Amino acid sequence: MIDFIWLTLFLSGIVIAMFTGNMSHVANAILKGAESGVQLSIGLISAIALWLGLMNIAQQAGAVGWLSARLRPVARFLFPSVPPEHPAMGAILANMSANLLGIGNAATPLGLQAMRELQTLNPDKETASEAMCTLLAVNTASITLIPTTVIAMRMQYHSAHPTAVVGTTLVASAIGTVAAIALDRMYRTIDRRRRGKA
Amino acid sequence: MMQQAISAISEWMLPLLVGVILLHGMVKRVPIYSAFVDGAKGGFGTSVRLIPHLIAMVVAVSVFRESGAMDLLVKCLRPILHWLHIPAEVAPMGILRPISGQGSLAMMIDIFQKHGPDSWLGILASTMQASSDTTLYILTVYFGSVGINRFRYALKVGLLSDFISVLASVFAVSLFSGMIHF
Repeated sequence: MIDFIWLTLFLSGIVIAMFTGNMSHVANAILKGAESGVQLSIGLISAIALWLGLMNIAQQAGAVGWLSARLRPVARFLFPSVPPEHPAMGAILANMSANLLGIGNAATPLGLQAMRELQTLNPDKETASEAMCTLLAVNTASITLIPTTVIAMRMQYHSAHPTAVVGTTLVASAIGTVAAIALDRMYRTIDRRRRGKA
Repeated sequence: MMQQAISAISEWMLPLLVGVILLHGMVKRVPIYSAFVDGAKGGFGTSVRLIPHLIAMVVAVSVFRESGAMDLLVKCLRPILHWLHIPAEVAPMGILRPISGQGSLAMMIDIFQKHGPDSWLGILASTMQASSDTTLYILTVYFGSVGINRFRYALKVGLLSDFISVLASVFAVSLFSGMIHF
């Protein structure tokens, strides 16, 4: 699947550049793209290190355990394959809380921690587990209470009501999240059936 | 008033959260400094593991965009989007949103400059940007960090729910601007 998408992005780009005469842009994009890929990764170090550090404190103080207990019913419904006492559950819950609070740069490091924990439960280390797919579905649709970045951008462009989008974002992201969870369930069932037959 | 309260909350959230975590750790007798440093150590390794995955994906997306293929895709999809009542001005943004977060942010700013952030289109672009995330990037980073190569149905679910998020944004903005009445 990922091979196909990767190839399509490259091939369609190169073929279309033949007709649009953008080949020099494409050549440039290959080199520049590699550069910004590295910059993106390096740029993540600060946020990941900061939040992993803070989370370690919260975990040792028992805060993560407390939060897990509160959100456990939701998480149990979403991640039936993860044992409730497993550290993966704590990481998943911390990631969900960060998403909800709109602290996007905290959600990614916590999500990565959850992936690491989920990987320990995964029988096939190269194939995504069902719990991983659900975690990704919840994260890509990310239900948002306060869209911090967008509000900041609106302020910068002299909006009279920068926070006017809080309500619309909440409604839209809630619908998106419900859809993502439903789609995840649907495709999980289809996938199980297909695997059952094979 | 309400608006001031919300922007105050978003400014206070991060510092308050840090303060609460540190204070709570102290109360529970956690050695907070060494616990922080211990946890933060993992940040470097995780980021470095991501480098090859992000290079692969960012190069491909750059090629796709710079060649003009992205513009062509937007042009082809425009009639369908029009039929779904998605305004043509935000259509490129909706298509770009799951592929490139920076790209769609740039398009949102472009809409702000042309139509104003408080216009109907400005509000819609803001909602679309805020209510969804960069699916391709998240998949690359999350799966890349643990070395997973087979995504199974995760990409399909992500892209489909992004599409639903765009429709939901149009719906939510229409709802709030009073274009839909119950």
